Amino acid sequence: MNIRLPERVVERLLLASATSALAILALITVFIFREGLPVLLDKGLFSFIGGMRWAPSSGEYGLLPMIVGSALVTLGALVLGLPLGLACAITLAEMTPSRVRMVLKPTIELLAGVPSVVYGFIGMEVLVPLIRESPVLGGPGYSVLAASVILAIMVLPTIVAVSIDAIEAVPRGFRDGSLALGATQWQTITGVVLPAARSGIVAAVILGIGRAVGETMAVIMVAGNSVRLPHSLLDPVRTLTANIALEMGYASGPHAQALFATGIVLFVISLCLNELAGRARRRLPARVLSPPPALTTAQARVELMRGTPDGARELA
Amino acid sequence: METERPLHAIVRNARHGLLCMLLCSVETAGCTSSASNPVGVRDVILAGSTSIQPFAERWAEVYRGGRVTVQAGGSTAGIKAAHDGTADFGMSSRLLRAAESDGLLQTIVARDGIALIVHASNPVHALTLAQLRAVYAGEIANWRALGGADAPITVITREEGSGTRETFQEIVMGTTSVIDAGALVTAYSGGLRKMVAEDRNAIGYVTFSQLNAEVHALALDGVLPTEATIANGVYRLQRPFLFLSKGSPTGSAAEFLRFVLSADGQAIARAEGLAPVTVQ
Amino acid sequence: MNPSSMGGPADQATAPRLAPRVVQRAARMAMWSATALTVGVLVFVIVFVMRRGLGAISWEFLRESPRRSGAEGGIFSTIVSTLYVTAAAIMVATPLGLGAAIYLAEYTVDSRFSRLIRRGTDGLAGIPSIIFGLFGFAFFVTALGLGWSILSGGLTLAAMILPTVIRTSEEALRTVPREYRHVARSLGATKWDAIRSVVLPVAAPGIMTGIVLGVGRAVSETAAVIFTAGVALRVPTSVFDSARTMSVHFYTLTMEGISDSQAYGTAAVLLVTILVINVAAYTLMHRFTRSLR
Repeated sequence: MNIRLPERVVERLLLASATSALAILALITVFIFREGLPVLLDKGLFSFIGGMRWAPSSGEYGLLPMIVGSALVTLGALVLGLPLGLACAITLAEMTPSRVRMVLKPTIELLAGVPSVVYGFIGMEVLVPLIRESPVLGGPGYSVLAASVILAIMVLPTIVAVSIDAIEAVPRGFRDGSLALGATQWQTITGVVLPAARSGIVAAVILGIGRAVGETMAVIMVAGNSVRLPHSLLDPVRTLTANIALEMGYASGPHAQALFATGIVLFVISLCLNELAGRARRRLPARVLSPPPALTTAQARVELMRGTPDGARELA
Repeated sequence: METERPLHAIVRNARHGLLCMLLCSVETAGCTSSASNPVGVRDVILAGSTSIQPFAERWAEVYRGGRVTVQAGGSTAGIKAAHDGTADFGMSSRLLRAAESDGLLQTIVARDGIALIVHASNPVHALTLAQLRAVYAGEIANWRALGGADAPITVITREEGSGTRETFQEIVMGTTSVIDAGALVTAYSGGLRKMVAEDRNAIGYVTFSQLNAEVHALALDGVLPTEATIANGVYRLQRPFLFLSKGSPTGSAAEFLRFVLSADGQAIARAEGLAPVTVQ
Repeated sequence: MNPSSMGGPADQATAPRLAPRVVQRAARMAMWSATALTVGVLVFVIVFVMRRGLGAISWEFLRESPRRSGAEGGIFSTIVSTLYVTAAAIMVATPLGLGAAIYLAEYTVDSRFSRLIRRGTDGLAGIPSIIFGLFGFAFFVTALGLGWSILSGGLTLAAMILPTVIRTSEEALRTVPREYRHVARSLGATKWDAIRSVVLPVAAPGIMTGIVLGVGRAVSETAAVIFTAGVALRVPTSVFDSARTMSVHFYTLTMEGISDSQAYGTAAVLLVTILVINVAAYTLMHRFTRSLR
């Protein structure tokens, strides 16, 4: 018994560290709710998330413009980023000799490593004036459109990496069969590979959404942050994340609580998205058919650089 | 100065005001103490407005009469600290409400003007207070109505909670009007100036010290913001920087206040972009 | 899978009709243009920052602390702050994350408990950094009384990068062939001995990759750090000092419109750092996967 004691101590220690992530998640929940719940209960959940006016100085806390704002820029980011990301994934997984891919893949992953403040800065310096001075576009420049474009670039690495994993997980036999039947490569991709990789691609989309919804700094720099429902893509908009970061500086009392309550809403949305992505991934049939890919998978790295939720696979 | 803002300002979020003020004194003690104290003399403690804090730190830095500790916490916390006696001087960048001023001696140590700024090429050079209110309320949306080009006005404002915005709301918008929800919002006055400098249709407001050649300032009711017009109160869009004490300050606190109000002290305020309390 | 064997003219020759071949060509072109556009964006970002930023970088820029809120001087204090905050984060996240990974990879089978842990880890990974900022402020800065400090910032970042450290480490451990453990155990080593002396050394480069990339995230993070480590510009002397990291400094310079050249210079240093970190991570990972082949 004595000899085995260190082993047991080690195991206990390891067990303790294994629970650390759960413990932190619990702590975050407790503290965000502790700070934010009073104002949420006071105003009523419904009037808080359904309210149209945000004017803390006169005690009005309506979050709807920000919820809509987050939804709009996220949608915009997906509309622009998804086709592009999927195309990149198809190119890299299906159309590229491995030597070229070895250069391209880390290059695209590097997009995930660029700090978000740098994207925001380029948005301010290049994109905003471009939109403002354009004869077709116009407006103040700080807009739904500017935020969408910047976010599209920022979700690209996530979408590409998770989609590549999904596409690569489709067994080779599927392709061979299709090609043997005389289908072109493109027909094989659209008819066989993509449908087979569907749930993985859904996961990529959801993870992309999570990334766009959660981005703060880049959005704050280019979105204009007005607290009003935008009428067009060229109107400024404020997201949930921007609401928090923008007003944290001087907020006090109920105002500060309302910002934590904004955090609660964001927190719940993130957890839901994560759960959805998890479900989509669990439906991925290819996992059963192929062994888990090695560490080189792009997702692990993108995720590390960016903190995107999870890779496209779970370990059996 | 404004760049230090999040650090000092966040304290106000905290429930445990005192705890946070202590933390904050740890933060700032290193850079605000000047000479070491003569035996038996304790620190002069200032607490309150984050807007005044950078200037107070500057005064503390130059002051040779003893150590001065500057703590942030916001105007409300400053008023409270003056009442409690936790600080020798509470700092407030807003006028006190009747209930708050009871038993406090209020000394104006400087005045901070808020300048209205537009793009350097904007032909509009003056607005009345009523026009300005209409612009920020969203009732006037085109420069043509103000004698400018036929272009929509890009209204830019500071974020909720900012002292500059509070003053603007109080003096310009009054109790009846609110700043249009469609206005662009930024949390940084330097950034606001940059936004105005880049957009020829923009209007915004920044603290007087932020004024520079990239933008031009508008006259309000015929008065341009200058050190003189702010100091003599003719330029209306301004706020007082107040030191609050429980009765007349004594000893080292009184000495520090004398220094702040002296020609040297006021020269520091001017160098930092504030208007002095007495025209020199 | 070898994609090059599938796309060539040989396939097209077997295609029965003309239309699919045309579609195939057009699609291929479209896919490649999209990829080129994506790479183009990256190149643009790097060139845009470097062209204006590299000129601002000098020995003095790296060696001097910022003056007048960063309008003059260099960024020395922010480099030091970044190092400290990152080091604090890594020092906390590595043992916890590695411990968790060892437990998950070596001590459990797929159980309700391990699934719960994985779920928690996933959940944590999906939380936006601003929430970590709020949490870090409420917990470390206020409740624990650590103030805005390197410690608060580092601990917040540690919480943020923990899930990713856990996952890469676990994957690295699982990539080590089972036989290694069997051999060690058959030679009389205890389970922990086998892990410590055989499995961990083999998995080390993979684990290191995770840590290096964790460094990358810590360096580029802004939202979670600005509310926890604060924005003090002087060189920190203890873990209880407030510190402004490079990213936060860059954000402040830009948002306050303090100085464009200083902002570009800071951005260039940031980007170079990130590039170096990525190359390092890539090299490590390459070596790891090759060593197991």
